[in-house]
Amino acid sequence: MNTIKNKKTQINTAELQKMANQLRIDSLEMIYRRQAGHPGGSLSIAEIVASLFFHCMKIDPENPEWNERDRFILSKGHASALLYAALARKGYFPLSDLRKWGDLDCHLQGHPDILKTPGVDMTSGILGHGIAIGAGLCIAARAKGEEYRVYTMLGDGECQGGIIWEGAMLASKYHCGKLTAILDFNDVQLDGFVHDIMPLEPLVEKWKSFNWNVIEIDGHNINEIVQAVETAKEISERPSMIIAHTIKGKGVSFMENKSIWHGKAPTKEQLVQACKEIGGMV
Amino acid sequence: MGFISQREAFGRALLEYGSKDPNVVVLDADTSSSTMSKYFADSFPDRFINVGIAEPCLVDVAVGMALGGYIPFINAFSALLSLRALEQIRTCVAYANTNVKIAASYAGVSDYKDGPTHHSIIDIGIMRMIPGMTVIVPGDEVEIKEWVPVIAAHAGPVFIRLSRAGSEIVHQSKPEVEIGKGFVLKEGIDVGIISAGSMVIRSLKAAEALAKEGINACVIEMPSIKPIDEKLILETSEKTKALVTAEEHSILGGLGSAVAEVVTKHQPVPVERVGIHDVFTRTAPDPDTLMDAFGMSVDDVMKACLTAIERKG
Repeated sequence: MNTIKNKKTQINTAELQKMANQLRIDSLEMIYRRQAGHPGGSLSIAEIVASLFFHCMKIDPENPEWNERDRFILSKGHASALLYAALARKGYFPLSDLRKWGDLDCHLQGHPDILKTPGVDMTSGILGHGIAIGAGLCIAARAKGEEYRVYTMLGDGECQGGIIWEGAMLASKYHCGKLTAILDFNDVQLDGFVHDIMPLEPLVEKWKSFNWNVIEIDGHNINEIVQAVETAKEISERPSMIIAHTIKGKGVSFMENKSIWHGKAPTKEQLVQACKEIGGMV
Repeated sequence: MGFISQREAFGRALLEYGSKDPNVVVLDADTSSSTMSKYFADSFPDRFINVGIAEPCLVDVAVGMALGGYIPFINAFSALLSLRALEQIRTCVAYANTNVKIAASYAGVSDYKDGPTHHSIIDIGIMRMIPGMTVIVPGDEVEIKEWVPVIAAHAGPVFIRLSRAGSEIVHQSKPEVEIGKGFVLKEGIDVGIISAGSMVIRSLKAAEALAKEGINACVIEMPSIKPIDEKLILETSEKTKALVTAEEHSILGGLGSAVAEVVTKHQPVPVERVGIHDVFTRTAPDPDTLMDAFGMSVDDVMKACLTAIERKG
């Protein structure tokens, strides 16, 4: 049985894995229907988002404005399809809304929008904002005596931009211990491999040198994800960076590690094939 | 009569207001001794954040604090805020409608000594084009003190443009400042001068000089560039049939453009725009010399009035 125990709760990794694959299928169907979106970077974060929304985070879909809720900022806002699928599956809005994504009168925008979609804690889409905004939110929470945590999901290519490191310095200076960033290190970006276009390595050392608590995991291993999130909670003086080694397009053989699938919609045949492969993983 | 600089007035006003409202937090980007946010910082170090020389980060951290329930006032140089941090302001402040107040100091050519890299002559135009942004350009120190509580009470983003320099006092008594409202400072029927910021006092002086030549100019102060007081503009154009705009800014995109947009839609009249004529400025020994050299002298306002009157036909 794929269960592990930690201090607070018991997790069912099989259920979370099933949910991750459901979110993958939802995302691909959404991207197919709209013939727009970002499949590669949605598939790569399925286990992470499933773990956060269906196990780790203190949230209440009945009360999306609940002040004590944990916050989630999808800094890599291009992966909106998977976030929307998670929010719908969690119950923030009807599953049928997913079929309207991108329609003029639908609340689901191309990228996440705090003003339109219940459960979205911050607008994103232009890369780079998650760390600095998350740090500001943590500083505010501490000053107001709130206990909530802030999670932000980053892409690896996003770390090529300077604002990430401005925020990293600040979060460290202000001891944002309640900030946990998770980096989707899949090594593929729009134009090719990250290591070719603008290498990030040594990435662990970079974040460590910014005085962050760095945890390296397999980003498709539910146990490792949950353990890392729990470990981060033990560190109160420093923000935590979970560097999650992932595969872009994970679960679909013809999409894996292919930059062409960064922002391309599948054909009907490709969708059927992809869902079959993902379904086979459940 | 002595006067203080706009930055000094704002620093004092922010301290005064912030001492009453515990929800106010102040952030700066290593310019607190210049923007004068140091007054607040010294009194309330727990509600002050210095992000270092990183304006994009300044904006984003303030956005986070606004999401966390605070009213952040961010202080930095206008050229940096409106250019380097523009994406943050557009996406995370305006589009996400976070309650961030942007105090843009060293505006116009007031940082005369640092030259064109630090002059901020297109900031009004940039900010005015962002949906949801309120743009305020106060005319003097008396007004600044009145604006701070109004800005704090307004739910949503505000950009307040502040000079490093000061000007003679325009308002001898407390003005009733209101977002979307202009002031009639002098009635007149021959031409209407619509001005903002440091050009308000210069416009009043131009009107005084024109009066000696028998020309009765109306002087309007328009501190709320967005939303703009369309009613007052149209009343003035109806009455005078010729307008002049005056601002310490490029003639492209700022107050002059905003006024022209209003009159061309409703009742076209000649509009002459006083400001910087689409050029980069220069370093100078003081702000007044620089303003005079780049088309913003009292004489320039007078000439523009005469041209506007002549164009009435």
